[in-house]
Amino acid sequence: MESDKIDQLLKKYFDATTTASEEAILREYFSQEKVAPHLEQYAPMFRYFSKEKEEQFTRQVFKSESRTSRKLWYTWVSAAAIVLLLVGVYFNTTSTSNSLEDEYTAAEIAAAQEALSLLSINFNKGAEKIVYLEEFEKNTNRFLDNEHKTP
Amino acid sequence: MPFKDKLFRLAKRLLVSREEAEDATQEILLKLWSKKKNMEGYTNVEAFAMTMTKNFCLDRLKSKQAGNLKLVHSNYTDNESSLDKKLEATDSVSWVQKIMEALPEQQKMVLQLRDVEQYDYDEISEMLDMKPTAVRVALSRARKTVRKQLIKKHNYGIG
Repeated sequence: MESDKIDQLLKKYFDATTTASEEAILREYFSQEKVAPHLEQYAPMFRYFSKEKEEQFTRQVFKSESRTSRKLWYTWVSAAAIVLLLVGVYFNTTSTSNSLEDEYTAAEIAAAQEALSLLSINFNKGAEKIVYLEEFEKNTNRFLDNEHKTP
Repeated sequence: MPFKDKLFRLAKRLLVSREEAEDATQEILLKLWSKKKNMEGYTNVEAFAMTMTKNFCLDRLKSKQAGNLKLVHSNYTDNESSLDKKLEATDSVSWVQKIMEALPEQQKMVLQLRDVEQYDYDEISEMLDMKPTAVRVALSRARKTVRKQLIKKHNYGIG
């Protein structure tokens, strides 16, 4: 009686109108030891299909996968190192720039600035007088030229 | 890749040789890996990969034929001893394999995808770029051919 049902399913199967669950019933029926004698001839087909589904791809492909992930790891580590370095530099520079105001009072800084501006004004005054030096050099050169010519 | 075995089995179905199927699968997996980032656009990566495998293997077969090296299983000299072969030939399950090798490529693929991998008709028609009715026709033909050959061998081989 079960084989009647299987007969019907087989007919549908060969017309390609069986559903996935009906095909599962067929596969299961033919996977057992006891199969009705007149259906025996179909057994190799279903057994073969079940057997084929076991086959696996065993070759190791993703050596390159681990290589790329290692590369990625290096990138992250170097990025982290750069960030750490920058953070270190930032804190160092800010602490030294703070130290000027930390070490001196506002009055001291103002006095220093005044002294420096005085120095620069006087320096410029001195620099203005350098123009006369040029005139002096011209005259000395004239004397020297005459000296050369006279002998 | 969870479906790499399915890719391999389809490749092996088409290329017959295990070595060639492994090469093909490896190549496809690497291609998929390199395309990984733009893969999110695909709703069905598995179907896409199967289609890639199909096209890749068919191209291989075509270039083989052009190079006058037709891919027939008799071209492969297995390392197995002849005794092993004789034993194998008596195994009725492996007859099915031989019968399937003789099927046209499209029928081979349809049978592989439906009866071995148990995909839906819709998925198969997407993978093979065939109309669902064409899939059913090819499948029915393939199954009937296997049956016919199997009965023939069954009656003939055992006696």
